Amino acid sequence: MTAVLEVRNLRVRLPTDDGVVTAVDGLSYRVDAGRTLGIVGESGSGKSISSLTLMGLSRFLPGAEVSGEVLLDGRDLLAAGDDELRRVRGAGIAMIFQDPLSALHPYFKVGAQLAEAVRAHRDVGRRAAEARAIELLDLVGVPEARRRASAYAHELSGGMRQRAMIAMALANEPRVLIADEPTTALDATVQAQILEELERLQRELGMAIVLITHDMGVVAQVAHEIAVMYAGRIVEHGPVDTILGEPQHPYTWGLLTSIPQLHLPRGGLLPSIPGRPPSLISPPSGCRFHPRCVHARPEHSAREPQLEALPDAPDHRVACLLDPDERRARWQSLRDAASGELAR
Amino acid sequence: MAAYVLRRLLWTVVLLAVVSFVTFVVFVQMPSADPALLRAGRNPTPEVVAAIREQFGLDQPWYVQYLKYLQQLVLHHDLGYSYQSNVSVGSEIVARLPVTLSLALGAVVIWLAVGIPIGIVSAVRRGRVSDRLLMVGALVGISAPAYWLGLVALYLLSKDIGVLPLFEGSGAYPTGGESLFTDPARVAPALVLPCLVLAASFAAIYARFVRASLSEVLAEDYIRTARAKGLRERTVVLKHGMRSTAVPVVTLLGLDLGILLGGAILVEIVFNVPGMGRLSYEAIQRADIPMIQGAVLLGGLVIILLNLVVDVVQALLDPRVRSAAT
Repeated sequence: MTAVLEVRNLRVRLPTDDGVVTAVDGLSYRVDAGRTLGIVGESGSGKSISSLTLMGLSRFLPGAEVSGEVLLDGRDLLAAGDDELRRVRGAGIAMIFQDPLSALHPYFKVGAQLAEAVRAHRDVGRRAAEARAIELLDLVGVPEARRRASAYAHELSGGMRQRAMIAMALANEPRVLIADEPTTALDATVQAQILEELERLQRELGMAIVLITHDMGVVAQVAHEIAVMYAGRIVEHGPVDTILGEPQHPYTWGLLTSIPQLHLPRGGLLPSIPGRPPSLISPPSGCRFHPRCVHARPEHSAREPQLEALPDAPDHRVACLLDPDERRARWQSLRDAASGELAR
Repeated sequence: MAAYVLRRLLWTVVLLAVVSFVTFVVFVQMPSADPALLRAGRNPTPEVVAAIREQFGLDQPWYVQYLKYLQQLVLHHDLGYSYQSNVSVGSEIVARLPVTLSLALGAVVIWLAVGIPIGIVSAVRRGRVSDRLLMVGALVGISAPAYWLGLVALYLLSKDIGVLPLFEGSGAYPTGGESLFTDPARVAPALVLPCLVLAASFAAIYARFVRASLSEVLAEDYIRTARAKGLRERTVVLKHGMRSTAVPVVTLLGLDLGILLGGAILVEIVFNVPGMGRLSYEAIQRADIPMIQGAVLLGGLVIILLNLVVDVVQALLDPRVRSAAT
């Protein structure tokens, strides 16, 4: 099966006042139709910039340098002309954003914004587009869609707004949906509803989803595959069960053990990853995670790890200098410590 | 909304009363000249001056003068008569106002038509050479005072004294009380230079203002959404971007129309345009208090009403304000 979306060796460099930031540094992944890839990482790991780049929105960031390939059904979008790329946006690849209140225009009615998305790619009349807008709102589970279509963004609840954003993204039945922190601004219950809605729509429309989040809980719920990003690179990539069950990278361990767990006693300190994400103007030498890694050895600051498949699991790839068996043992002891806490 | 507008209109009356009182006190207590002496002609006898004082009631205490003025205004809707020419202030304003309105209208059209497109181009091409050149031009426009720019424009461009008479027919404003509304064919050419001069600094300010607020809007999340939908960049900027920029621009425009009246004084003097600005200037020179009062009250009324219009238009433009108000 050929991938709907394939990213090869994507690099994005952005000028800032302090120097040039290499926000994305050699990113590669592929997503198939009907599948969801979760990209997980802290703020500043380059996950959002990489998703903007997929749609060519990086062209609006002054001075951004992009290299590599972004293949949508085999066609390289980075090499496409501005107008060709515009026709892909919203039709081939669509995107939903973190904060639907700021992502919707405050002065246009929601229905009109949806109709505009329809008309951007289809030669239909105003009336037909407005009818389609109401249909779309209905599709994403907005009750009283007709009435809601003539509301402004500030008049809707957070969940309804995000549904409207999803409806807008689905207006032209895209091949790929990029969801950048789609539930971060929402209540926990609404969050679950939105994720279920995305899963249902994916089943019905068969699109590929790239879900970008810092929340392991969210990817665990909907992703088929997980890519963990750190400092502009993927450090671990594999099927969701593998990453959650047998993670191999110390950074992934940190992400997994810092999720609050209901079964753990209250009052205990939540484990966290020490330190802060590194500067991407001058990233650490060797393994980029070594300054924060409790398992690092002195020689790890000199050698760069490569993202390599495990000998016994070809779809599980890790960029870590520790020996795979040692990593297994360490994760085992970390997990035992956590369940020991539970037993106490 | 209707109740709100009504309340504001009532406040207008109060504000105008305050404005007229302050104006009266200022000019009676600190007159720029002695109106009776000016009126009396060369080498008047003290008796003549005293007679004139008595005739206009200038010999009475200032509060009596003010109360009499108010009485005339409120009971008879009469703004009084000029100390100098005996013409009715009301009819003089009726004659002069259309001239100033012609000037203001022309200036507003020019400054919006020039300032807004420059601002848009600058915002879209921010940081590039074209943006820098336009903004340097705008800085020059802002820095040049209207009276200086007016004299330069006359010297270079006008038909009667210019060395490069570019604007055919531009020059003396007709003297028969014509305005753009009664005789556009004769007035329009004469208004070209005054309008350009009056519009220059405003156009420059609007170019910078539109550039600043549009640049800010273009960094908003909803602009990214508009692009992500696959809209053309033209639609993104002119529809989504300018729709948001319109709100502060309309606000600024409402306030500037008031300031424009002040600018009109200088331009009308330089170009000898017989409008409200020149009328006020001459009235102040001669301490012609009824005329000053008339001009100030009119100016105050215009500014207060414009502010009200701005607030209403703003509510109409911004659905968030609208739903907060109802």
